[in-house]
Amino acid sequence: MARATFKGGVHPYEGKELSKDKPIKDVLPQGDLVYPLSQHIGAPAVPVVQKGDRVLRGQKIAEAGGFVSAPIYASVSGNVKAIEPRRVVTGDMVMSIVIENDGMYEEVVYPESKPLEEMTREEIIECIKEAGVVGMGGAGFPTHVKLSVKNPEKIDYVIANCAECEPYLTSDYRRMIEEPDKLIEGLKVSLALFPNAKGILAVEDNKEDCIALLKEKTINEQRIVVTRLKTKYPQGAERQLIYATTKRKIDSTKLPADVGCVVNNVDSIVAIYNAVINRKPLMERIVTITGEAINHPQNMRVHIGTNYKELIDAAGGFKEEPVKIISGGPMMGFGVFELDLPTTKTASALLCLTKDEVSEMEPSACINCGRCLEACPGNIMPNKLATLAINHKEEEFVANDGMECCECGCCSYVCPAKRHLTQSIKSMRKTILGKRKK
Amino acid sequence: MSELKKVSSNPHVRARLTTGHIMFAVVIALLPTSIYGIYNFGPKAAILILITVLSSVMTELIYEIVMKKKVTISDFSAVVTGLLLALNLPVSVPWWIGVIGGVFAILVVKMLFGGLGQNFMNPALAARCFLLISFTGIMTNFDCDAYTGATPLAILKSGESVNVYNMVLGRCNGTIGETSMAMIVVGAIFLIVLGVIDLRVPGSYIVSFVMFLGLFGGQGFDTHYIAAHLAGGGLMLGAFFMATDYVTRPITVKGQYLYGILLGFLTFVFRVFGPSAEGVSYAIIIGNLLVPLIEKVTRPRAFGKKWGTKK
Repeated sequence: MARATFKGGVHPYEGKELSKDKPIKDVLPQGDLVYPLSQHIGAPAVPVVQKGDRVLRGQKIAEAGGFVSAPIYASVSGNVKAIEPRRVVTGDMVMSIVIENDGMYEEVVYPESKPLEEMTREEIIECIKEAGVVGMGGAGFPTHVKLSVKNPEKIDYVIANCAECEPYLTSDYRRMIEEPDKLIEGLKVSLALFPNAKGILAVEDNKEDCIALLKEKTINEQRIVVTRLKTKYPQGAERQLIYATTKRKIDSTKLPADVGCVVNNVDSIVAIYNAVINRKPLMERIVTITGEAINHPQNMRVHIGTNYKELIDAAGGFKEEPVKIISGGPMMGFGVFELDLPTTKTASALLCLTKDEVSEMEPSACINCGRCLEACPGNIMPNKLATLAINHKEEEFVANDGMECCECGCCSYVCPAKRHLTQSIKSMRKTILGKRKK
Repeated sequence: MSELKKVSSNPHVRARLTTGHIMFAVVIALLPTSIYGIYNFGPKAAILILITVLSSVMTELIYEIVMKKKVTISDFSAVVTGLLLALNLPVSVPWWIGVIGGVFAILVVKMLFGGLGQNFMNPALAARCFLLISFTGIMTNFDCDAYTGATPLAILKSGESVNVYNMVLGRCNGTIGETSMAMIVVGAIFLIVLGVIDLRVPGSYIVSFVMFLGLFGGQGFDTHYIAAHLAGGGLMLGAFFMATDYVTRPITVKGQYLYGILLGFLTFVFRVFGPSAEGVSYAIIIGNLLVPLIEKVTRPRAFGKKWGTKK
């Protein structure tokens, strides 16, 4: 059967069998919950509570700090213990609200929900904005900004990113298997915003059961199709996904809306559903706790703000001492040096590896083999760009399309000389972007 | 968990394949034609191969020890260079030719330019051409125990006919590793199946060579003549094992086709119009020199970018 795909990409060991058959388990937080004010792209949220305040579950504790920003809600009831800098997965210290969980889970009364048909476009977007929904696949771009396009009638496709191309991750898979209706209803909410759009559920073909289930559930939906994607990393990268499903191409300077597309991740679409249909803010997400070092790899429904240590404990602790811990998937996740970190809106997984393939292998000279070029979904020249980056040749780096890199990691993955290509290019990009901001 | 964990930039997993694996695969792929060469030309061929490989590896080792650099001989690249050079030598050369060739290839062409990945010419071929120019008589003396007289291509050039069947099998005179088209193709198929090389360079090289030879060679598309040119001399060894050398071929896909066509053209010119019957080695090292230019003009355009747009 025809499978949608793109040029480039790699096939790393999948590792999904560790947790793929484990149903989503609810995990209640025990200790303090930490809510970093910056867990999305854009301006940090601004606290609306003070130290000592008692808050309820579902209460807004920080409001959006601008249009490109998102509010944050308490996921438990308790007292605000502190507003102070706390460490996050990237290693940075970020101003955070700390709530002492009183274990009562007293909830606020949510507003009355209206049938979708009676809501205007503005009302729907306002609901999503108020609920603090952001791209939960990892980037954390505020969803209401994505949906507020200039010409809604010019959007042809609303793409649900169900690829889950990162190895080891199974949270989206479990969501699709266990709660397909929420996903489909959420997609319908997005479709209500765009009168001429078609909904695409794009699933990789290593999840045949999801494809079959979603097809069956959408058989009577005129506006929704299920697209089978070739299993390949990074099939779920936004620009590659748009190309695979619609054959439309954009470079990094353009937005999906420029070619009539809107892309949202599975968890974000469910969050949209909760925000608009149930009028509930974003307080939970599905996290895959996995890796060879974990006793019982599994998928959990986690209250945002829960400490990572509690998640490890809930998964039965370590079978053996992990050598490396990654927040997110192995291709794009962040290596973390300690576990005293909070679960944020964008934390899709906690991966505990028993070996560190990166430091096991010493980088050697480039032999010009061209495997990085073949693997690069951005069709740029990673070997050349990495060399330019190492030599700080900024102008040449930009002239050779260095800023088009999506940092997916394919080049470093395939390199037989084990060069840290992605890392060099990534740092150069950061330097240049930093200079442009000034 | 008291101690802090290691952190690093993404990705956190790596494919298993290493440079050493690739080079080792090339050595394995060269074995059929090497073994056939020894069978064809006798034990002296084995000794010459051994001397050349050893002198290549020792040169790299000594250079790196003297210069206090990291020793890299375990990546097998010096073995590949030495082996390829030996396969490009006539069996009749004295042992010191192998030594000089190995030292020149590794020291002058590879290490002085920065070691693996930095050389702009194929070390084995550059050394062969150096030897050809310096010791022309020795390097073009193909008299040996097994055969007397000229190589098939030289015979062909003089206007006489050759036995193409024997040339495909390798039952003819030439350098140690170039005579058997069949054995070279077996090794090449092994590398293609493993994904170490692809057909872009060898394919466009051979096809364009045949086209130029047929159109402008003066003999038309004469099957016997063209087949003799394909099976004779270093074309097969060059196309599959030396034109495909990662370091000295363009990295871009379009560039690889362009490079192949260029090699086909140069080989045609040197073989048909040049004073010597052979032209593959010179064609490839001249092609090597044009690689930076070819890469520059064939740079791929980033995903979603259109040519002519800024930034």
